[in-house]
Amino acid sequence: MSSPVVAHGAPTGFIRRYIFSLDHKVIGIQYYFLALFSVFLGMSLSVLMRFHMVYPDAKVSWFEKLWPTGAAGGIMTPELYLSLMTMHGTIMVFFVLTTAPQSGFGNYFLPIQIGAEDMAFPVLNMLSFWTTFLALVVMLAAFFVPGGAPLSGWTAYPPLSAVGPISGPGEGMGQTLWIISIAIFCGASLMGAINFIATTIDLRARGMSMMRLPLTCWSWFVTAILGLLGFAVLLAAGVLLLLDRLAGTSFFLPAGLSINDQILNHKGGSPLLWQHLFWFFGHPEVYIAILPGMGLASQMLATFARKPIFGYRAMVYAILGIGFLGFFVWGHHMFMSGMNPYSAMAFSILTMSIGVPSAIKTFNWIGTLWGGRIRFTTAMLFALGFVSLFVTGGISGIFLGQPALDLYFHDTYFVVGHFHMIMGVAAIFGMFGGTFYWFPKMFGRMMNETMGKIHFYLTFLGVYAIFTPMHFLGIAGNPRRYADFTNFEFMNNLMPIHKFMTHAAIFTALVQLIFVFNLFWSMRKGKKAPMNPWDATTLEWTVPSPPPFDNFAGKHPVVSHGAYEYSVPGAAKDYIMQSDPA
Amino acid sequence: MLLGAIVWVLAVVICYFFLGHYWWFPPPISEHGQAYDTQFMATLWVTGIIFFLAQVALGYVIIRFRDKGGTAKYSHGNNTLETVWTSATAILFIGLVLAGTRIWASVHFAEAPADAVRVEVLGKQFAWSFRYAGPDGKFGRTDLKQINDQGGNPFGIDEKDPAGKDDITSASLKVPAGKPILLILKSRDVIHNFFVRELRLKQDLVPGMEIPFHFQADKIGVYEVPCSELCGLGHHQMRTTMEVMAEADFEKWKQEQAAQK
Amino acid sequence: MARSATTDIIGGRGAPPPTRDFGGDDGDSGGRGASRRASFTGLLVLLAASVMFFAAFTSAFFVRRGMSNDWVETPLPRILWVNTGVLVASSLALELARRALRSGRRAAFNRYWTGATVLGALFLCGQYLAWRQLNAAGIYLATNPSSSFFFLLTCVHAVHLVGGISALGYIDVQALLLRLGPGKRTAVDVSAYFWHFLDAIWIYLMALFFFWG
Repeated sequence: MSSPVVAHGAPTGFIRRYIFSLDHKVIGIQYYFLALFSVFLGMSLSVLMRFHMVYPDAKVSWFEKLWPTGAAGGIMTPELYLSLMTMHGTIMVFFVLTTAPQSGFGNYFLPIQIGAEDMAFPVLNMLSFWTTFLALVVMLAAFFVPGGAPLSGWTAYPPLSAVGPISGPGEGMGQTLWIISIAIFCGASLMGAINFIATTIDLRARGMSMMRLPLTCWSWFVTAILGLLGFAVLLAAGVLLLLDRLAGTSFFLPAGLSINDQILNHKGGSPLLWQHLFWFFGHPEVYIAILPGMGLASQMLATFARKPIFGYRAMVYAILGIGFLGFFVWGHHMFMSGMNPYSAMAFSILTMSIGVPSAIKTFNWIGTLWGGRIRFTTAMLFALGFVSLFVTGGISGIFLGQPALDLYFHDTYFVVGHFHMIMGVAAIFGMFGGTFYWFPKMFGRMMNETMGKIHFYLTFLGVYAIFTPMHFLGIAGNPRRYADFTNFEFMNNLMPIHKFMTHAAIFTALVQLIFVFNLFWSMRKGKKAPMNPWDATTLEWTVPSPPPFDNFAGKHPVVSHGAYEYSVPGAAKDYIMQSDPA
Repeated sequence: MLLGAIVWVLAVVICYFFLGHYWWFPPPISEHGQAYDTQFMATLWVTGIIFFLAQVALGYVIIRFRDKGGTAKYSHGNNTLETVWTSATAILFIGLVLAGTRIWASVHFAEAPADAVRVEVLGKQFAWSFRYAGPDGKFGRTDLKQINDQGGNPFGIDEKDPAGKDDITSASLKVPAGKPILLILKSRDVIHNFFVRELRLKQDLVPGMEIPFHFQADKIGVYEVPCSELCGLGHHQMRTTMEVMAEADFEKWKQEQAAQK
Repeated sequence: MARSATTDIIGGRGAPPPTRDFGGDDGDSGGRGASRRASFTGLLVLLAASVMFFAAFTSAFFVRRGMSNDWVETPLPRILWVNTGVLVASSLALELARRALRSGRRAAFNRYWTGATVLGALFLCGQYLAWRQLNAAGIYLATNPSSSFFFLLTCVHAVHLVGGISALGYIDVQALLLRLGPGKRTAVDVSAYFWHFLDAIWIYLMALFFFWG
C-alpha cells in the first residue's frame, strides 16, 4: 500500500510560484505563453510578407517608423521582406512548433498522465524554460542591430549566411545573433529532453506499463529522443558556421568566391556539408513538430468518440517508426543540391516508407471514429480538423519525395504549401485542440464553446483557403522566397491567386483574435470546471482542476487499465479510468 | 454534421481545381518533359484518389457516428485490416518512386552525349551569364582577379589565355532545338538554381562545384528562367531567358557573336 | 534526497535549490530508487547528445578531409600524450575514490577525489599549453582545415571538461565540508561516469588526430 509522500512545502512567494517555479505545471504554462506570444509575432510577420507580395510598391508610413533603413519612405525593400521571412520561419519552427506541443503541454501533462509528482529534474526544467526565453530574446535582438535580421531563410545556407554583410544586409550581427540564439535553443532543448526521457522511463506509477501509456506520452517520449539526437547535430553545425563567419575557417566556404567585387580567401569548404548537417537535424525537427499533435489527436478522438483507439499497438509502432525513419530521410531536402544522385534514390525510397506509418495513423484515426458516439466539442472539432489537414498536407509529400518530380517542384510554392499544411496548420490545430481539451484542467474553468466553434470553422476554412492555392502556384512554377513577382511574365497571371491568399491570410489572422479573447476571458469568467468534464480515462482527470502543486496530493495512483477503455461492455459507465480498480 | 459536410465540399472543390487544370504546367518542350508529366499525372491520380477517399471517409464517420444515444462499439482494432491497408500503402508509394526512377536516371545517371553543345552557366548575385567555347571549341582559363562585370567579363576569362579569346559570353542562354545540350553550372558567390519550367528541370549552382547538367529542347521559343535558390536581396530579380532556336539560326547567332570580337 | 546530479553537471555552482522528495518507498515512482535511476537515465541522455555532437563534428571532419587538397596534418604536440596520461590517471583516481567510499574510508575518498579533480584541472592547463605550442609553430584555428578541426575538437572537449570539473569540484567541497551524505551517492556516481565518458571521448579524439589528423 502506498505511504504518504514526505511533505515538502508548497512554494511561497510570487517569484518562487510564478517566475522561477520548479513546478512542471507552471513551467508548462510559461512555455505555452512563450509560444503564444511567438505565434502572434510570427503570424504578424507572415501577414506583412503576404501584403508585400501583392502590393510591393505600397507606401505604409509605419513601416518606416519600424524599419527606417529597410523601409525608407514607407516602402518595404526586398531585403526587409527576406529578413521578415527568415524570422517568420525561425520563430514559428523553433519558438512555436518545437515549444508548445512538447514543452508546453508535455511539461504540464506528462508527469500527471504517468502518475508522477513532477518531472525527474525540476530545477533543470526551470532552467530549460529560462534558457528558451533567453534564446528568444537573443533572436529578437537581431531585429534591432545594424543591418537588421538575417535574410538567409530559416535554413541559413552558406555561403549566403557565412560571409557576412557583403552578401546582404542583415548578414552581419543579425546572422550572428541568429546562430547564437539557435545554439542557446539547442541547449534548452537538450535539458528538456533529459527530463522527458528520464521521467517517462523512471517515474511511471505502479501498473503504468509502457503499453498502457496514453499516446500523448508516447509521442512526447519519442519527440524528446528526436530532439536529443537532432539538436546536438544542429549545435555542431551552428558552431562550424559561426567559426566560418568569425574565425576565418573554411568548413562551408569553398575557394573561388568573389562577392560584391571582393575576392574571399577561403578554401576547400563545402556548402553541401552545411545542408547535410542542417537537414540531419531539420528533418527530425519536423517530426518533433507533428508527433505531439498526433498523440493529442489520438487522445481527443478516443475521448470524444467514446471508443478505444483503433490499433493502439500499431499506433505506438507507428510513432516509433516515424521517429526512427525520420533520421534517414534528410536528403530529400537536397535532391537538387548537387549531391550524389544515387543517394537521392536511397533517400527517396526511405522517404516513401515514412508515408506508411503516417498512413497507418490516419487509417486508425478513422477506424477510431467508426462505430463511435461522437461528441462535437471544440476540442474534438480541432482533432477532426487535424486529421483532414494531415491528409491534405501529407499527400503533397508524395510528390516531393520523388526526385524525378522534385526536378520541377523544388523551391516552388508547392513545397511552401506542403509544409505549411502539415506544420503551419495541422500541428497548430493540435495545439488549439489541446488548449480546449486541457484548459479546464489547467485553469479550473471551461472555455467558451460558442466562441470556440466560430473560431474553429472560420480558421478551418481560412487555412484551406490560404494554403491549398499554393499547390497550384507550384504547379505553375512559381518560385519561393521571392519578395515580389513583377519581374517575370509567367507570374503575372498568378497574381489573382496571390491576392486571394493574402486576403484569406489577413482574414484568418484576424479570426485568431477570437481564440485569444476566449483564452483570457475564460480564465476569469469561464464556467467552473469539474474534475473530469469530458468523462475521460487518463490520470489527469482524477485530480482537481487545477491540480495541487504535487499533482496527486500525496497519494500514489495505481494503474490497472489501458488508456482508452471507453464503452467497455458490461461496465457501469461508458468509460473506465486508468486508476479504477481492476 | 456541419464539419462532415464541409470536409466533403472541400474535397470536391479541391479535386475540381486539380482536374480543371486552371493553373497548370506550361506545355513541355522535350521528351523528358513529357515523361515527367506522365509521372506527375500518375502520382496525381494515386494521391488524388487517396486524398478524396480519406476526406470522404472522414466526413462520413463524422456524420454517421455522431452521438445519437446508444453505445459505441468497443473494439481495439482489426489486425487484418491493419495489415491490408498498410501493405497497400507501401506498395503504392514505393511503386510510384520506382516508376520515376527512369526519369531521374536519364537526367542524372546518364552522361551527356559526346556531341552535346557545351555551355558554361555562371550564377552570381544577381544575374546569369553563359559562355560558349567559340570556333576553337575550347573554353579559356578563368581568373577571379580578372572578373569585370562592367567590361563584359563576368567569368573572369584570363586575357593571357589564347583559347579564351574567342569565347562567347551572353546574358541569356541560346540553344539549338533538337540537339543535346550540356550545361556546366558554376557559381561565383552563393548558391543559385537554374530552372526552366518548360523543360521540367532545375539544378542548384553551388560555389566550389562545377555541375554538369544535360537536356534536349525540341520546341522553338523563348522561355523564362527564374533563379530558384535564395541568393540574397535580388533573388526575385535574377532572371534570364532560354531561347531555343533552329539549328541554322543558332549557328548564325554564334557566327555573329564571334564576328563582334 | 539527492539533488539532481545533472544540475550539478550543468549548473555546478550556487546554493543548492530546494529538493523535491518523491517520498514513499513502494511503486515505481517515488522513493530514492526512482530518483537514482532517473539520474542515471538523465546522464545517459546527456551522453547520447554529446556523442551525437562529436559524431557530427567527426562526419564534418572526414567530409572536409576527403574533399580538399589543402589538408595539412597537424603535428601533435608531445604534451598531448602527457595530458592523456593525466586524464586517465584522474579517471583511475575517481574509481579508487568510489571504492573507498563504498567501504566507508572517508579520508581515502577525499584524497582520491581531490586528486582526480586536481588532475582534471592539470589536464586543462596541459591543453592550453598544447594550444600555445601550436600557435608558436604558426598553427592557428584558421590555418588549414586540419588545424581548424584540431582546435575546434579540443576546445569543445575542454568545455565539456569544465562542466565535469565543476561537478567534481562541487562533490569535493561537499566532502571536505563533511556534507557528503548517503543521499549524494548518486551525484558521486553520475559525476564519475560523466568523467569517464569525457576520458573515452579524449582517447577517441587522440586516435582521430593520430591516424587521420
